[in-house]
Amino acid sequence: MNSVILRAATRLLVTLMLLFSLFLLWRGHNLPGGGFIGGLFAASSFALYGIAFGPDKAREIVRVSPTTLCGAGLLAAVAAGFLGLFASKPFMAGVWGSLGGVKVGSPLLFDIGVYLVVIGFTLGVLLTMEEEERA
Amino acid sequence: MTMLLAVLSGFIMATIAPQLVRWIRPVAGWLFAILPAALFAYFASHLDVVRAGAPVHVVVPWVPSLGVDLAFYLDGLSLTFALLITGIGACVMAYAGGYLKDDPYLGRFYFALHAFMAAMLGVVLSENLFTLFIFWELTSFSSYLLIGYKHEKQGSRDAAIQALVITGMGGLAMLAGFIVLHAAVGTASITELLAGGDILRDHPWYHGILVLVLAGAFTKSAQFPFHFWLPGAMQAPTPVSAYLHSATMVKAGVYLLARMNPVLGGTPVWEITLTTFGAVTMLVGAIVSLMKTDLKLVLAGSTIMALGTLVMLIGIGTEAALLAAAVFLVVHSLYKGALFMVAGAIDHEAGTREIPLLGGLRKTMPLTWIAACVAAISMAGVPPLLGFVGKELIYEAMLEAPRMTLLLLFVTVVSNVFMVTVGALVAINPFAGAPGATPKKPHEAPAMMFVGPLLLAGLSLALGLATLPKDNFFAASFALPVAASLAGREVDAYVYLWHGINLAFVLSVVTVVSGLIVWKAWERVRPLAAALDPYIFAGCERGYQAWLSGLLRVAAWQFGHLQSGYLRRYLLFVFGTLVVLAAPLLMLRGLGDLAFEPIDGVLYFYELLLCVVIVLGAWGAMRAQRHLTAIILLGLVGYAIALLFVAFGAPDLAMTQFLVETLTVILVALVLIRLPGFRQRSSTVTRARDWVVAVSVGVVVTVLLLAITSTPLSMHLSEFFATRSVPEAYGRNVVNVILVDFRGVDTMGEITVLAAAAVGIIALLRLRAPRRRPEGRGDEGLASPGGTVDGTQGSPAVEGEDEAIVGPQAQEVRS
Repeated sequence: MNSVILRAATRLLVTLMLLFSLFLLWRGHNLPGGGFIGGLFAASSFALYGIAFGPDKAREIVRVSPTTLCGAGLLAAVAAGFLGLFASKPFMAGVWGSLGGVKVGSPLLFDIGVYLVVIGFTLGVLLTMEEEERA
Repeated sequence: MTMLLAVLSGFIMATIAPQLVRWIRPVAGWLFAILPAALFAYFASHLDVVRAGAPVHVVVPWVPSLGVDLAFYLDGLSLTFALLITGIGACVMAYAGGYLKDDPYLGRFYFALHAFMAAMLGVVLSENLFTLFIFWELTSFSSYLLIGYKHEKQGSRDAAIQALVITGMGGLAMLAGFIVLHAAVGTASITELLAGGDILRDHPWYHGILVLVLAGAFTKSAQFPFHFWLPGAMQAPTPVSAYLHSATMVKAGVYLLARMNPVLGGTPVWEITLTTFGAVTMLVGAIVSLMKTDLKLVLAGSTIMALGTLVMLIGIGTEAALLAAAVFLVVHSLYKGALFMVAGAIDHEAGTREIPLLGGLRKTMPLTWIAACVAAISMAGVPPLLGFVGKELIYEAMLEAPRMTLLLLFVTVVSNVFMVTVGALVAINPFAGAPGATPKKPHEAPAMMFVGPLLLAGLSLALGLATLPKDNFFAASFALPVAASLAGREVDAYVYLWHGINLAFVLSVVTVVSGLIVWKAWERVRPLAAALDPYIFAGCERGYQAWLSGLLRVAAWQFGHLQSGYLRRYLLFVFGTLVVLAAPLLMLRGLGDLAFEPIDGVLYFYELLLCVVIVLGAWGAMRAQRHLTAIILLGLVGYAIALLFVAFGAPDLAMTQFLVETLTVILVALVLIRLPGFRQRSSTVTRARDWVVAVSVGVVVTVLLLAITSTPLSMHLSEFFATRSVPEAYGRNVVNVILVDFRGVDTMGEITVLAAAAVGIIALLRLRAPRRRPEGRGDEGLASPGGTVDGTQGSPAVEGEDEAIVGPQAQEVRS
């Protein structure tokens, strides 16, 4: 779409939206948010970029291919599951520790996995469709 | 925990192998051999414990609340298998580094090979039948990837699918058998089954379970009439043939039979079925090996022969037969792995595997020749190699077989004669005489490729020599513990090289001499064997093809009717099913008590406004003249519903709904933006039908909701999550805690589906061939699935499918 206003606004918005999506991901355990919502939000920011600048540019700023994101996400989620196993608890049992005074646990890693898979799925479908329509 | 790591390490290595190959390609073979070698050492450290007769039992709790554990079990049988898998694995990993040195997909290859190694370890170490099944299927998948490795060749792809379909069908039958078994005796734990005595044999479902389990074992171990997939699998690169399709994977079926022998075996049905199938398979394998000229196919035939021998020995079930099976298992893996690697080295250096073209390689490839000779002599069963020990034991067992003694003895001698012939064909023909007319000028294979076969051949010799004394290392560590696992009790016997001149030895001499005579007359015998091809080999394969194309025809028929490619048809089916299934149930329940509950408290103005917006939006979407207008109005409906969620205190749900609506509008707009406006194409009858469906769906859903709200809600789960969320999962957002912690496994399943769907959708979008867009189709062309992806190489089945799709579409256009 060839609109100067949209492009200018998008440049500002994309960063903000991405930050907000991370914020949603982080706070999800205690307040509304989480990996799924955060992932959708991040995907919408890239989708907006895709509409403003075209799918090729959107792929450039994502850098990684959407399917790789899906794979990385699954890997993170499975790894989170195995953390429990290696801590001599059942598979998927939460393992919690402290990182600089902040409580972090394997559910966060799992949620990051969900976040990545959701971004990968949405972007993969959206950008490919956009490219096919332009072709 | 180390046991878990031992199994998982292969999978971990598999995921990083493709990246590693980029850095270490020239020495990839040596480096990848380290992990299997380390695992070999790890398993070898258990030899003492297992030799003492105490199986190692490791339990990792998985879902303790449901009593599901990840348990491993290491006794004589599984330890010997584990050592074969890791030991031959190390040789093959190194070998593949040389064999596929410049292959662009080497990373992919090592991925599948490591995954296979780990899965195969899982099969032989699983303590639970269901865990065993999962690893079993993983070996089938990795075998599929490896057979189809040269994926640009039609032959490779067909062979890969054939192997997957046959072993996969058997695997599913086996799973059904395990489920019935579990239902029958209430446990799937191997230790509990072994301790259960006659519990399964006396059960009324015994025969059903037996048939299903045998279907799994026979398909995997290429027993007649499923044997034809194994020669097909020779399309795989030779390291794979050496590893999967001779030394390890095809023995998974034998492993299962061996494992189940103390539980399922010992009945007349078991004995007769196994000996019959085993004996027939031996003969079939012998004929296959005689009629081929390709080194690998000759060896594949002899592998079928060996698998038949093992099944037959387990079927006979006497202590002598089980001991012979235990020894022959090791003997065969060692010499066959080596011979396959030799065949691959010849192919790699001379450019062909056709026996008539080869000759005189002993001067150019001396080390490979030595390995070939030692392995072939072990195969032929000549002292002092381990093969001799194995064959003597087999003959002794056959001489005292309780049933059909003479017939089985005859079959065994005949197939062993052919084993000698095969050995001579592989070790003498390519190496002796004058240099053949080979496509490449041969020279010695690189070190990566001769170390493995030399090592395995050397082991055949060393272990053979080790059996000189009556009490020896080989018998104590391998033969007797494996036989004990097979028999389910201690086996007290001696395994040693020289038994003196007895009937078995005379038979051995006769075998070797006749084998050499057949080898001399090979040129004349081969056409005779080839004449049998239509009955024993091509015939079975044709049966499979006919079955497969019949299956595809049925699929194409139902595909044409159900999967029409029109969204409106799908919606009709989905909504129609909902109405047809839900309406009678609601009627049965009775509708008398349903009523719209009066609103207690105040109805706020904005709530009413949202409802009005939803109704108007839906109506507007229906009446819209342009696609874009309709989409945006639908988005409006979605947003209004999300706002209702906000009003009723479900922020997570609302936020998700907002985002999904936004993305849906973008997605649908991308697809539909180019389309012309709506035009009325449907007949009045069609529209009336759609009205009926729409109104009935509306009514059914409304009644359904009323029925749900009038049922008192059970707060049990809500309370559980609300009270446990903070103390046990440290999270105050209950929704998210449920998603990532309490029910994390569900979410894991969902994101796996999501990722798989993404790959599928992207592939479909990308692969869309130039589509036929017949004129006058208008917006219908968009939903057409008609274009074949594989237009150029479409098999008849694919074309048939295509026609079936065109049929109903044509009708639709006419109506």
